[in-house]
Amino acid sequence: MPPRADRAPSAVSLIWGIVATQSTAAAPAQPKRMGGTLYRGREGMWSWVLHRITGVAIFFFLLVHVLDTALVKVSPEAYDAVIGAYKTPIMGLGEIALVAAIGFHALNGLRIILIDFWAKGAKYQKPLFWTVIVLWIVLLAGFVPRQLMHIFGGA
Amino acid sequence: MAEEMHGVDPSAGHDVSVQEMGAVQQFTVTMIVRRFDPETMEEPVWQDFDVEAYSTDRVLDVLHKIKWEQDGSLAFRRSCAHGICGSDAMRINGRNRLACKTLLKDLDITKPIYVEAIKGLPLEKDLIVDMDPFFASYREVNPFLMAHSDPEKGKERRQSIAAREIFDDTTKCILCAACTSSCPVFWTDGQYFGPAAIVNAHRFIFDDRDDEAQVRLKILNDKEGVWRCRTTFNCTDACPRGIQITQAIAEVKQAIMRGRP
Repeated sequence: MPPRADRAPSAVSLIWGIVATQSTAAAPAQPKRMGGTLYRGREGMWSWVLHRITGVAIFFFLLVHVLDTALVKVSPEAYDAVIGAYKTPIMGLGEIALVAAIGFHALNGLRIILIDFWAKGAKYQKPLFWTVIVLWIVLLAGFVPRQLMHIFGGA
Repeated sequence: MAEEMHGVDPSAGHDVSVQEMGAVQQFTVTMIVRRFDPETMEEPVWQDFDVEAYSTDRVLDVLHKIKWEQDGSLAFRRSCAHGICGSDAMRINGRNRLACKTLLKDLDITKPIYVEAIKGLPLEKDLIVDMDPFFASYREVNPFLMAHSDPEKGKERRQSIAAREIFDDTTKCILCAACTSSCPVFWTDGQYFGPAAIVNAHRFIFDDRDDEAQVRLKILNDKEGVWRCRTTFNCTDACPRGIQITQAIAEVKQAIMRGRP
């Protein structure tokens, strides 16, 4: 097949697609370039969207994390300054986002493994998705209050 | 047009006391169609139509009424109009459906119905897309019986009920492209074979009368083959024949890992 002109990194184009199509759906008289309504996929599609977003976010975190850890070799003082910055409340909230992203990505990853390798995985993908969501909320319910106390209660 | 009448029109209905047994409810429905004329337009535009319709009507009937009574330039494909030919796959309220199998009574007719072409294939006009890339992928998987032995003279190839059952689901495909054009991977990566091609490969890979399963498994064990599937289940939801497509793709993935069907 010939390559299509609109080929682009899928996560970026998907996010752009959601932004563009929602604005179009709200004002049908003025179509935007991407156009069309947002495709109304169900649990499977949204789990994939979340998996992509959390995956890309975790990748960028790891990139920064490898760089800041590597700083200790270059300059211990700079390393201490960076680690000190991580103790601010904004970074504390960022850690909540990080744990949420990793938690979802890990649990949904197990769901995808079951879909691929368990004979009945595809049949039960929707219950599996809601199981992932419940486990994820339980995980965050255990972590978030403690972390908030840690950020705002200590000082 | 649409501004003044979005909901059910009470005057169009019947008085309950005089309503005959079996009389069909009539109402005005607003259909917003995404139109595109390659000769005059840069971008597709939404156009709304108010149509008198019955609760027994399908989306295809409303499109017919628009074309026959309001605007003859509206372009869409349909052939059998009974869910067999697979010509009229389109996005109805944001989901891929066959217009001839979608009843108005199953949609929320108090709101406008959005109808647009399927996504990921080049738009030609209004609801018509270029299906060539779709059929090219289909042809690539050798969707026909490849047997090395001849059946007994004067006999058919025998197959047990259990052996037929294995690929029964994937024999139902009508090649409407509702699945392939619902796939987020296909939207952004037109090289991907797409669900329909894999379904039709599955139909012969698991047929014990066929001798070339390995060839098809090799074709699909490609960067743009089954491994592109991200199990979003959009295809399974879109299939008008109810084929468990994601399941079929998973079975082909496992066959590739096993090295045999």
